[in-house]
Amino acid sequence: MKIAFTAKGTVWDSMMDPRFGRTMFIVLYDDESRTLTSFDNGVVENEAHGAGTATAQKIFELSPDVLITGNGPGSHAVQALKQMNMRIFAEAHDMTIKQAFEKYKKGELKEI
Amino acid sequence: MTNSPARIAIASGKGGTGKTTLATNLAAYIAEQEEVVLVDLDVEEPNSGLFFKGDLIHEESNFKMIPQWDEPKCTFCGLCQKVCNFHAVLQLGPTILVFPELCHSCYACSELCPTDALPMISKRTGKLSDFRINNLHFVESRLDVGEEQAVPTISKTKQYSNENYAHLRIEIYDCPPGTSCPVIEATKNADFVILITEPTPFGLHDLTLAIETMRTLKKPMGVVVNRYGIGNDAVIDYCQKENITILAKIPNSRRIAELYSSGKLIYQEIPEVKELLSNILDYCLKASKGDIE
Repeated sequence: MKIAFTAKGTVWDSMMDPRFGRTMFIVLYDDESRTLTSFDNGVVENEAHGAGTATAQKIFELSPDVLITGNGPGSHAVQALKQMNMRIFAEAHDMTIKQAFEKYKKGELKEI
Repeated sequence: MTNSPARIAIASGKGGTGKTTLATNLAAYIAEQEEVVLVDLDVEEPNSGLFFKGDLIHEESNFKMIPQWDEPKCTFCGLCQKVCNFHAVLQLGPTILVFPELCHSCYACSELCPTDALPMISKRTGKLSDFRINNLHFVESRLDVGEEQAVPTISKTKQYSNENYAHLRIEIYDCPPGTSCPVIEATKNADFVILITEPTPFGLHDLTLAIETMRTLKKPMGVVVNRYGIGNDAVIDYCQKENITILAKIPNSRRIAELYSSGKLIYQEIPEVKELLSNILDYCLKASKGDIE
């Protein structure tokens, strides 16, 4: 199973990025290979509009089974993300990726 | 008269400094003498209409063009997604999603689609209304809830006014706040721009941005200082240093705030304001004809 996080860095101790569309990185955890990979999302800084749908497109390409983010995606991004067979959890802000993952495992994150 | 009207745009930079106060009072003051049109171009939150009770003489929907996916024709080549600068078209596997609010109606996806699978269709974005109150014509557009793009609606609203009121001597635009695309669209055809500000550090900060914007657009302009008496002299000093005419100082007054908040026109109750409007108008008309500077 693959889990995607919106994050400000690329390691377990990096802080979660509360933003979805304008997240700095997308960090992907594969629980079979137990590896963490990251994707720089810096290009959205140049986007005046459509950051949410642009990032949703990227998530689609990475095709995780679960997305964990902070404030939660906006309505356009949700519309795109709902096309995928993926569960989305929000309210994982003000914590590290590791802490967000723990909360997810305990079922303490809000599912969208 | 064959000349087009003198177009006076009232803009501000900072919000809440008195654009609507000035626009409504100036238009009503002019209407005491002659026919005039006031156009509310703050289409995201138009509020000039709160000050006038008139007869609705015309109403129409505003539209924009968006692509609509024709699934059977699509070969999923992905070109539409690639050419969209606004991420308004996404290809997610065997689905093309169009986000109408993000679309800027550039037609790129539609025109470049090799199989014509994205024909453009029209979508309502809001409505335009035209009211008549004696000598005053009042035109406004308001976006429907959820619509994000003000610029096409502003452009369309100006066009309506130009087509219907080109015979008048004066046209007043109540502009949106800020210095981004909607303000550029609202002011770009103006003959004169009045920037209204308050004499505070925040007012000054946004005024400097607005002045830089109007200089880039090469617009003749003047400043009206509202709520004069609060804050400090920095706005006055700045305008002097930059050689920008201060058209009027409207005093800070509880009475003015009370009149405004109850939907009344100020100059009808406060003679001093009527005098200021007269001065502002004289200057704007001279400057828009190029008689000043």
